Amino acid sequence: MIGQLIVEGLAIGACYGLFAIAFVIIYKTSDVINFAQGEMAMLSTFVAYHILTFYHYPFWLAFILTMVFAVLLGIVVEFAFLRPAKEPSVLGLIVITLGAEMLLMGLAGWKWGAEQKAFQFPMSFQVTHEPIKGVIINDWAIGVFVTTAILMVVLYLFFKYTRLGVAMKATQQNKNAAKIMGIRVERVFSFAWGLSSLLGAVAAMFFAARATLDPNYMMEPFLRAFAAAVLGGLMSIPGVVIGGELFGLIENFFGYMWPEWKPIVAFLVIIVVLCIRPSGLFAKHYVKKV
Amino acid sequence: MDMKREYYEDIELFSSGVVLFWSAAFLVFLFTLPLWAESYYIYLLNLIMVHVILAVGLNILVGYTGQISLGHAGFFAIGAYATVFLISYFHVPFLIALPAAGLIAAFFGFLLGLPALRLEGPYLAIATLGFGLAIMHIIGRWDIFGGRMGLHAPALDLGIPKAGLSIILDSDIKMYYLILVITILMVVGAINLMKTRIGRAFVAIRDSDIAAEVMGVNLTIYKTLAFAVSAFYAGIAGGLFGFVLGFFDPFTFNLILSIIFLVMVVVGGLGSILGPIMGATLITYLQYDLLKNISEAPYVGDLLVAFSRRWLTVVGLENFGSIVLGLIMITIIIFEPLGMFGIWIRIKKYWKAWPF
Repeated sequence: MIGQLIVEGLAIGACYGLFAIAFVIIYKTSDVINFAQGEMAMLSTFVAYHILTFYHYPFWLAFILTMVFAVLLGIVVEFAFLRPAKEPSVLGLIVITLGAEMLLMGLAGWKWGAEQKAFQFPMSFQVTHEPIKGVIINDWAIGVFVTTAILMVVLYLFFKYTRLGVAMKATQQNKNAAKIMGIRVERVFSFAWGLSSLLGAVAAMFFAARATLDPNYMMEPFLRAFAAAVLGGLMSIPGVVIGGELFGLIENFFGYMWPEWKPIVAFLVIIVVLCIRPSGLFAKHYVKKV
Repeated sequence: MDMKREYYEDIELFSSGVVLFWSAAFLVFLFTLPLWAESYYIYLLNLIMVHVILAVGLNILVGYTGQISLGHAGFFAIGAYATVFLISYFHVPFLIALPAAGLIAAFFGFLLGLPALRLEGPYLAIATLGFGLAIMHIIGRWDIFGGRMGLHAPALDLGIPKAGLSIILDSDIKMYYLILVITILMVVGAINLMKTRIGRAFVAIRDSDIAAEVMGVNLTIYKTLAFAVSAFYAGIAGGLFGFVLGFFDPFTFNLILSIIFLVMVVVGGLGSILGPIMGATLITYLQYDLLKNISEAPYVGDLLVAFSRRWLTVVGLENFGSIVLGLIMITIIIFEPLGMFGIWIRIKKYWKAWPF
């Protein structure tokens, strides 16, 4: 029983971690908490749903088309909404991303309606394996683990060995210095938003396969992924994934003990972590300069 | 513009005779409105005034103290449920139940203010967002609050039903006067609060919390107080909202509602009293009247329906409001960060300096 809870917690935790990477990339690069992240991913998943249901393309083709759409969406949102704002305050940035959230949610609702839809996903919950006695793992969980692992490795190599990755790291550390060194910071921002939107869309497909698809379905995963990110420190990609795993475990065990209180775990974790260790479990402590 | 020469000028409720005259004229207009307006518009005005109370309260937190809250729908819900609960189960008279509900909401505001002491910016936004969602889920779990099925508000009784004194407000017009009086009290209260020591402490915290602390402002007390005051306003507004709607369920108070509250304050203008009043009026009108019935609007309605039929879905046209609100939020931050109040100030300056 405990083994089962651990496996399920780790699987959903990896999903939260994957989604949390998406907004950590934006937060690190441009100091914006992107409240529209969930809705950007939701819209991309709806595009995948549309391609699968109405055009009957194979899944891999729909997946590639969706990824292209997700990257473009991320770039457009940054270019159209974030860039024109001149020296916005923290509240201003939050309001802009919330506005983008409402806009995207409205668009999805207008196009696809509010009723819940089933998302056809090749890795299903029905196909199960039992590697160790008493521990059942399904295809979906295997898919999550493999995808997260691959993406982690790819991101690590990207940030370590490519020019663009190094440019992103430089921008994260100091924007003005990066500009002086000849890095086009605006392009880095566009790229960060595109990359983040892509990662978010991958995670959102897993979430959609787990539940159903409707314009509001990413709201709760967003909050939970944020709790995971806070747990991991909002600054480092491996830290965030570990945070996601931890949060998945906490939530699953909590949900097993007190099922009716499961929705408030995310809130509790955010409050407790931010009160005890605001910089997260794995990040270096950060002191605000006056 | 207006130079203040002494302290008493600063704490005056009306800064000049002109303001006094127009305020009085506006009040007379509001009190005589039900004599000729249609009853549907009275209902809409009730909703607007409820949101004015809330927006003025939220502005104390966001505009004056500089803290962000995405959880005000939670306080709003606490106010609505507490009022109905106190009246239905404990038979408390309405005039006691409403402030009591406000105080209960204020207590939760105080609790939320405690972790908020260590949080700022986006972290605070997320924590309050989580609070709003948690409240919605908790209320939805409890059968005593009607669970997911929702709750019917009892008849609004101004008297003391146990003593046989009952003054039942059964129409929108009667409710209108009650809400109008409460709204005026709350708005005047907010104006005066901002001119006291407490209000100035809030503003000091917004401008720089470290500098405020150095000047001797106790951050712990004033930050939690800002949350409590703001939650009190939200609680009162929620209590009235329940009676205006007559029926509500936990999902009335979802995250979108919190976002819309924030939009009212931001669109109206942060850090002013007039701003949130204008913002709440505009957004409530858009949301409950114009955008809700967009398909029946002249010229645009048919066009939109045709467009939806060709490219999108007609059922989904109700989401059009969400798109418009999102666009309003983005454009106001990009082009006019001071909101409608900023526009008003510019118009005023233009005419004062005319013809230059």
